[in-house]
Amino acid sequence: MSDDVLEIAGVSKRFGDILANDDISLSLARGEIVALLGENGAGKTTLMNVLFGHYVPDSGTVAVMGRPLPPGRPREAISAGIGMVHQHFSLAANLSVLENVMTGSERLFLPMSNTSAARKKLMALSERFGLKVDPEARLGDLSVGEQQRVEILKALYNDAKILVLDEPTAVLTNLEAEKLFSILKDMARLGLSLIFISHKLDEVMATADRIVVLRGGRSVAERRASATSKAELAELMVGRAVSRPMRDHVERGDVVLEAIAISVRIDGVDRLKSIDFTLHAGEVLGIIGVSGNGQTTLAHMISGIVQPKDGDLLLYGKSVGDMSVADVVAAGIGRIPEDRTHEGAIGEMAIWENAILERLGDYSKHGLVDRKSAIVFADRIIKEFDVRGGVPTTRFRLLSGGNMQKLILGRNLIEHPKILLAAQPARGLDEGAVAAVHERILEARRNGTAVLLISEDLDEIMALSDRIQAIVGGRLSPPVNADHADARMLGLMMAGEWAQAMPGREVGHAP
Amino acid sequence: MSALMDILASAGLWGAVLRIATPLIFGTLGALLCERSGVLNLGIEGIMTFGAMIGWLAVYNGADLWTGLLVAAVCGGLFGLLHAALTVTLGLSQHVSGLGVTLFASSFSYYVFRLLVPVAGTPPTVEAFEPIALPGLSDLPFVGPAFFTQTPPTYLAILIALVLGYVLFRTPLGLAIRMTGENPHAAEAQGINPMRVRYGAIIAGSALMGVAGAFLTLSAFNSFFPTMVQGRGWICIALVVFSSWRPSRALLGALLFAFFDGFQVRLQTVLDIVPYQVFLMMPYLLSIAALAVMARRARVPQALMQPYRRGER
Repeated sequence: MSDDVLEIAGVSKRFGDILANDDISLSLARGEIVALLGENGAGKTTLMNVLFGHYVPDSGTVAVMGRPLPPGRPREAISAGIGMVHQHFSLAANLSVLENVMTGSERLFLPMSNTSAARKKLMALSERFGLKVDPEARLGDLSVGEQQRVEILKALYNDAKILVLDEPTAVLTNLEAEKLFSILKDMARLGLSLIFISHKLDEVMATADRIVVLRGGRSVAERRASATSKAELAELMVGRAVSRPMRDHVERGDVVLEAIAISVRIDGVDRLKSIDFTLHAGEVLGIIGVSGNGQTTLAHMISGIVQPKDGDLLLYGKSVGDMSVADVVAAGIGRIPEDRTHEGAIGEMAIWENAILERLGDYSKHGLVDRKSAIVFADRIIKEFDVRGGVPTTRFRLLSGGNMQKLILGRNLIEHPKILLAAQPARGLDEGAVAAVHERILEARRNGTAVLLISEDLDEIMALSDRIQAIVGGRLSPPVNADHADARMLGLMMAGEWAQAMPGREVGHAP
Repeated sequence: MSALMDILASAGLWGAVLRIATPLIFGTLGALLCERSGVLNLGIEGIMTFGAMIGWLAVYNGADLWTGLLVAAVCGGLFGLLHAALTVTLGLSQHVSGLGVTLFASSFSYYVFRLLVPVAGTPPTVEAFEPIALPGLSDLPFVGPAFFTQTPPTYLAILIALVLGYVLFRTPLGLAIRMTGENPHAAEAQGINPMRVRYGAIIAGSALMGVAGAFLTLSAFNSFFPTMVQGRGWICIALVVFSSWRPSRALLGALLFAFFDGFQVRLQTVLDIVPYQVFLMMPYLLSIAALAVMARRARVPQALMQPYRRGER
């Protein structure tokens, strides 16, 4: 085709025994959005690194506008018009937006930077593509969404015609993600060509013109977005039919945890405002909401990291007052923290060390760590929870995201906790891992564990929860029965329109 | 009380402040440049010692004073090259390498000095820099003798502080250096070679450290003895933090420390009931206090002390 701006032909790349890319071909037309869909480890990122000149392919070629690119030369890729938006941004927190964007764009030994020309160019781009930024702001003071905007602008500043985005929504909230995709569509309309890498079916279906599915390093299918379905893509991506498990009927037990008018204030800001909920044994209570509405504080409060200012927390019917983290662990509350790499585990420590961190006392003898039994314990988690890619002595950070989460899940569930706090348990995981995590949560529920599920994923909440409450601006809506809930109703609840979502009930309104 | 006022009002104190500050200004700017590119250079104490020795030795053997400074700068740069090879190419711990450079350079200075200069009761001397009265300015009452009757290297130090500030914040090269110190991966993705930037910054910074040492033997004093740097290098490392990695504030910090130091020397003669060692401690104590206040708000270069390896995140 004559209007193809990018042609990747027969690219193969081998790392040791692993064939990361096996004869992959891909073309991209002007003004087109192509999604590269695949599980973690399918070879998406390797392919993009070949495209961007970070890796030299073993065979195959990349051509831009009909002209072949020399392999392994990032600078050449940039000047040919390829811009990369990395998942972990290539930005410096202490420098201004403008400085981040203009780094490397001038000859190094000029007597003075032409900042005013650079600012003009940046503002023109910002205007044209609807990417609002303050060029003088310190990058570290911006939100993640704004930082991503800067990363995109940086690529455009280098005159990119082809924009590659590596899992652009992994770090964004739902709202930010929607905004991003509408901007990307505008960009395509203005003549840019885009490739975005993802494993999220919804966004791929909603945004891309064409979808290329990678599995095990090979390109297994190519579909027009209008001519496929989520179910088909999921099957192509995983290689077999996958379905997320649904909750079945379980008789719920006694109330194990009850919050009565709890408020939490942090640094003078009320993060939780007089919230109420009850949690029964053998049920999942789903807390849905756009992130940043108090979910983190709620999880921290139940974990004993922050203390309530007002209100009462009843554990098994008794008021507990202020609980420390150690009290929470002793009370049999298992926790899956929102940020698994920072709060959930210590990356540089071995799997077995991470497995026993919470219960160091149980795995110590005469003041020394009982390494042997700790390793046995870690091995049990690895086997029972199907953690792949490591033995007990492997460092935690070498596991993939899904296996990290299985390990954290296992560490909590293996002792059958009475209560499980699961905050965003499937965030960033691929389809297979999501199904595994959900299955474990439902299994815990069947065993009588009370699960408090905090999530911003509607599908996840609907599939797992018995009852649902929305969190908006630090307040909790009254609960609704999940059997009577639908996406529209939950959307209204998340927007704070409780009266409209639950007609006929005295529910009030979020501020 | 009036004795204190007398000290503060004497042009001698303020003249001494600039003199004491000069080696600190050179040293701090050198360390600052290294750290802006992401490399801590604890070799400073040793590099200053070597600069003091080799600059003096050059002049002692007949070179003129400016050549002496230049020789010190070149030798400082060579030690910088060693530190860069260890920390940038090999990616070794910057602390350990820096301390190693300091220990090596200090003892090597003493060795060379003993080898080439005969042992004598009183150390041999050279003709040091003479103060230059800046025409016009030095005739001003009080201000003239205090600030405009210094030796040439002092004026040079202030000039370099201004130039370094300009380079770091107004030129593409400065931006490349700062980006390398904040996120070398981002610099590389934009076509800048972080390895080369770090080599350049460490070598140039270490050259300034060499000059800092040479100032001691060629301007402040006129002879060399092995212990003469006396921890000034470590003060510079602290002043970099105090300055929040900004040359203008580094200048200010060096002057502030020098003021404490000049003040306490004069105080010793006035308050002779207090043991003079107490006064000797004073500038250091005040520096720690000032550091504690300033450093809380400092924005540390994010990649400081992290070795850069290509292709790794």
